[in-house]
Amino acid sequence: MDESRSTYKKIVHSGYFKYYRKKTLWFLATLVAAVILNFVLPRLMPGDPLAAIMARLAPGIQDTEALRRIYEHYMVQFGLDRPVIQQFFIYVGNLFRGDLGLSFSRFPRPVSEIIMSAMPWTIGLQLPAIIVGWFIGNILGAIAAYSRNGFDRVLMPTALFVSGIPAFGMAIILLTVFGLNLGWFPIAGGYGIHLLPHLSWQFIGSIIYHYHLPFMSIVLIAIGGQALGMRSMSIYELNADYVRYSRFMGIKDRTIVRYIFRNAMLPQVTGLALSIGTMMGGALVAEIIFGYPGLGTTLLRAIREGDYPLISGITLVITIMVLIAVFLLEIIYGLIDPRVKAAQFE
Amino acid sequence: MRNQFRQLIRSGKFMTGFIIFNALVLLTIFYPIFNPGNPLAMIGFDSFIPPGTYFSLYDSVNPNIHVYTLRIPGADEARIQSLLPMDEREAMGEWLIREGVPKEQINIEDFTGLLELWFAHYNPDIRIDGMTIADRRFYQRLNAKVEGIFDIVDIHLYTYNNETEEYEFQAAISSEDYIRLRDVVNIVRLPLGTDNFGMDMMRKLVSAIGTSLLIGLIAGSIATVIGLILGLVAGYVGGIIDEIIMFFSNLFTVIPGFVLLILISYSIGQAGRSVTVIGIVIGLTAWVWTTRSVRSQVLSLRHRDHVSLSKLSGHSMPRIIIKDILPYIASYVVMAFILQISTAILAEAGLSMLGLGPRTTDVATLGLMMNWAMVYSAHLTGAWWAYYPVLLVIALISFSLNLMNTGLDQVFNPQLRN
Repeated sequence: MDESRSTYKKIVHSGYFKYYRKKTLWFLATLVAAVILNFVLPRLMPGDPLAAIMARLAPGIQDTEALRRIYEHYMVQFGLDRPVIQQFFIYVGNLFRGDLGLSFSRFPRPVSEIIMSAMPWTIGLQLPAIIVGWFIGNILGAIAAYSRNGFDRVLMPTALFVSGIPAFGMAIILLTVFGLNLGWFPIAGGYGIHLLPHLSWQFIGSIIYHYHLPFMSIVLIAIGGQALGMRSMSIYELNADYVRYSRFMGIKDRTIVRYIFRNAMLPQVTGLALSIGTMMGGALVAEIIFGYPGLGTTLLRAIREGDYPLISGITLVITIMVLIAVFLLEIIYGLIDPRVKAAQFE
Repeated sequence: MRNQFRQLIRSGKFMTGFIIFNALVLLTIFYPIFNPGNPLAMIGFDSFIPPGTYFSLYDSVNPNIHVYTLRIPGADEARIQSLLPMDEREAMGEWLIREGVPKEQINIEDFTGLLELWFAHYNPDIRIDGMTIADRRFYQRLNAKVEGIFDIVDIHLYTYNNETEEYEFQAAISSEDYIRLRDVVNIVRLPLGTDNFGMDMMRKLVSAIGTSLLIGLIAGSIATVIGLILGLVAGYVGGIIDEIIMFFSNLFTVIPGFVLLILISYSIGQAGRSVTVIGIVIGLTAWVWTTRSVRSQVLSLRHRDHVSLSKLSGHSMPRIIIKDILPYIASYVVMAFILQISTAILAEAGLSMLGLGPRTTDVATLGLMMNWAMVYSAHLTGAWWAYYPVLLVIALISFSLNLMNTGLDQVFNPQLRN
């Protein structure tokens, strides 16, 4: 009894627990804020939001009866005739049931269904691309920092230039060079247009074939940004006392580089957490160039067609994806940062 | 201060960035002076006219133009070769292969060799298996053209007389007639061709650089002012105010800025999205970084001796902030400002690609130019001039600003120097 209690106490007061509790609370707080923003911002639009939506929608639909049905559906679903606070709770209630409303442009398909069919493409594209880009960028940045004059002279300006190109620009460059001029890769879509999505080797092969260019465009941009960050982090570390000390001790260069790499990686995890939102935003626009069937292309279509429920659904889902990514990165950070572990024994 | 200024001038990175950036700025100022006119005038009736110098065909046959006779060796050969474009040569080669001529013998680059083979083998009466009647007709027409290719005849110009309803002979143009390009009245230089609307890309690009820089400047100034004030207040006043400000700034570091941008720009609606409004919106979503870095600087400055001394002397808070704190963080603020200009320009480009950029009709921005090029599939039709220059400019602006930023960083952060 006494022992289990003390174990409980140990866990509750351990550095890990405190760290994760803090991060979880923070995650929930940002989630709530994100939902509120997603609810409030569109409602700041002057005038009756539904009327504005319908006005934009009307030219697309000739059938006035259908128009009236949509109007009534939204009136009821969002409770637009009630006070704002009540509307918000209806909105949150719908969210909990995974109900994001019905799409205008693809009426009566539910928004959640459209998003669910696009999301695997975006995650499958961006997650590996960002991770790969992050790793390669970090390695290159560390090498550049260590080898100062040789490699650095080339890498630094290149990385600066590449990180200045928007992701969609990189997508266009790869598309025109490797897709159109060299003809190595297909120029559009997530899979061959003659194929229907199904589970077969042919289909998987087609997906991989179409994957190359979008993947590379995100990886290259990520490498540029991460290499720069890692380079300056490593330079800071290079000037640290422990590096000088290790040198005086006659420790091998390779070992020292490993120390530096480890220490500079830590802030890079935080750096990724801070930049992942921007990176995902850029990558979403890059999807458009390839007509990749992910959230970016869906978002563009929704904007062009004035499909308001779909737009707001996608922005919410993207925000939540970014929040989860940041949360996971912070969990990882907690696991690898020795300082969090050290706090356990205080 | 003067010492740091001198270091900046000696910093290769800073100066390279500074020169590239200023070259772009000077271009936006001087190009319109030497090439006046509305950058959004639709001059081309075809979309995506390739880059080049264009002169009026009508003016070049003007009777008053002085015609010179020049006998240039090789001119006829070049002319004849140009009459038979590559796709027609390929078609000829294909016919020859089908007829049974070994593939190795055929070289469509070798003009005379190809013609020799053609005259030796082609016979309109030969029927080749799998060739449709249309194909045969095509080859008969092609053959007629090839046979007539060596007959260089004068071109006769006639004008139509409305009264007599007859054609009147004006002049005969021989293959040795030349006119001086300067004598042609109407010459148009389109260094970057035209876009899908038929607008002069070069002019439009220059004006778009100006607009995009303006957006960057508006957004950067707003973000910097907000960030500076919030950072100063949070860092200097501290306490509950600091916590509130940090809560919001942490919130907006995690919630992606472009999501806010999309939501706000969409909510504003097509009519409200002017260049200024887009600049303001981008600025309102970009203050977080400045706030954080200013705050951390102020926190480390707050307990320095000179600040404490100033406090003890009874100086007011604004005075302490302006005199004792601001000079120390000025370099950080400038660096953040520079970065914000470049992120704002990239943000505008991304927004425009999604169709949420500034209103289209009265102004050009780099993002809108990219967007229109993509909407009209310039990248698929090979109209590289409609988007590569724009991309290059976006990359150069961003590159130069980042270079300047790195240079500044090295001067003001001695740790980064070797």
